[in-house]
Amino acid sequence: MVASRTDSSNPARIPALGIRVLVLLVVSIILMVLDHKQDHLGAVRKTIGAVVYPLQIVVDAPFRLWDWVRGSTTDRNEMQLELSRLQAERLLTNARLQRLSALEAENARLRDLLEARNQVRDEVRVAEIMAVDANPYRHNIVIDAGESENAYDGQALVDADGVIGQIIETGLTTSQAMLISDPSHSLPVEVNRNGLRTIANGTGDFGRLDLPFITNNADIRPGDLLVTSGLGGAFPAGYPVAVVDTVNRIPQEPFADVTAIPAASLDQVREVMLIWSASELADE
Amino acid sequence: MSRVGVGGRIPVILTIIVSLMLMVMPLPDSVEPFRPDWVALTLIYWAMMMPRTWSVGIAWIVGIVLDVAQGTILGQHALALCFIVFVTVRFHLLMRVFPMQQLTATVFAILSMYQFVLFWINGVAGIDVAPVVYWGPVITGTLFWPIVVMLLRGVRLHIQHGS
Repeated sequence: MVASRTDSSNPARIPALGIRVLVLLVVSIILMVLDHKQDHLGAVRKTIGAVVYPLQIVVDAPFRLWDWVRGSTTDRNEMQLELSRLQAERLLTNARLQRLSALEAENARLRDLLEARNQVRDEVRVAEIMAVDANPYRHNIVIDAGESENAYDGQALVDADGVIGQIIETGLTTSQAMLISDPSHSLPVEVNRNGLRTIANGTGDFGRLDLPFITNNADIRPGDLLVTSGLGGAFPAGYPVAVVDTVNRIPQEPFADVTAIPAASLDQVREVMLIWSASELADE
Repeated sequence: MSRVGVGGRIPVILTIIVSLMLMVMPLPDSVEPFRPDWVALTLIYWAMMMPRTWSVGIAWIVGIVLDVAQGTILGQHALALCFIVFVTVRFHLLMRVFPMQQLTATVFAILSMYQFVLFWINGVAGIDVAPVVYWGPVITGTLFWPIVVMLLRGVRLHIQHGS
């Protein structure tokens, strides 16, 4: 007992512990209110984010190294196979692209005839998802593009199959993005077949979206493709989001129970594309 | 022994940095809810053993860094860590003389308080989370506590006898 006393620590002798705790707790609460209610602390987050960035790089490094090692030690045969597969795929996509450019030209011509505003093409850049886990309470990812690449809050992220999510917080060189499967995420969509507009909500499950506001007599059926409608402003129009999975019409309820499967495999993506929509570019 | 020079602080800061890295390290989705609160465990240990140097101030700063790293509400982890470190400092003399089982039980209680504060803040902010996200880390954190003690004791003895 004597030994432990000389070792420092009668609690009373730790200077003003209670007061310090009280001050810190009050400061925390003020911070939380400012952060949650008004979102005033972007600059503070960015500054501290610069401190966190090296940590994320260090954590990310072994995974990158592993990818690199695996990439550079792949079997020659496997590479050949991969190469021929990719070549075939490129041929196919190129063929489709030719048709697309013809269609695009035709579309522009028709729009000219109708004197509608020309749809400008969106700007796209590839970013990688960092091997870093973000918010445990949300479906968030960290990507390796930030303000230095002109990423902005609310920017849309897609992959080869469809919409993935949107950026909710840009750092200097990394950003946090929310996936469309996050329970607090909603996305304005329309049915590609007939233009029926609705909202797709995340459910917290990577493989399911909810469409809560579809009336019982609405024309929607399993297999319908949902694309972004562009109405919310955040997402450019026309990107595939999900495929309708089940439509359960309940006679006594005003709305049908509709679920959809996201087009992109949200839990498996490694690379994402950032989209600068044409209107956003025009603003700058 | 209570006065530890600047040289003695660097190893402790390193252990805290490592614990932060373990918090942002990716885990498979099935294991993810069971990630122990490495930062909380590390801070509890240092607050128990060196309460004069490592107490609520450092806990708050580390908490803010954790909030930014994970994108949680700014101040959430800061408040929770600050609170449990305060509790630890208050009872550190008692905790030091506890045998390991009893200490582990105490740490279980402290980790539960920690998760309760986080849960409470999420509740006020309207963030709805599966219950496993709260009790998972408490259980694994308690199971890992003896190992954390073993590793950090090595660091502490190195500091106190090396300098």
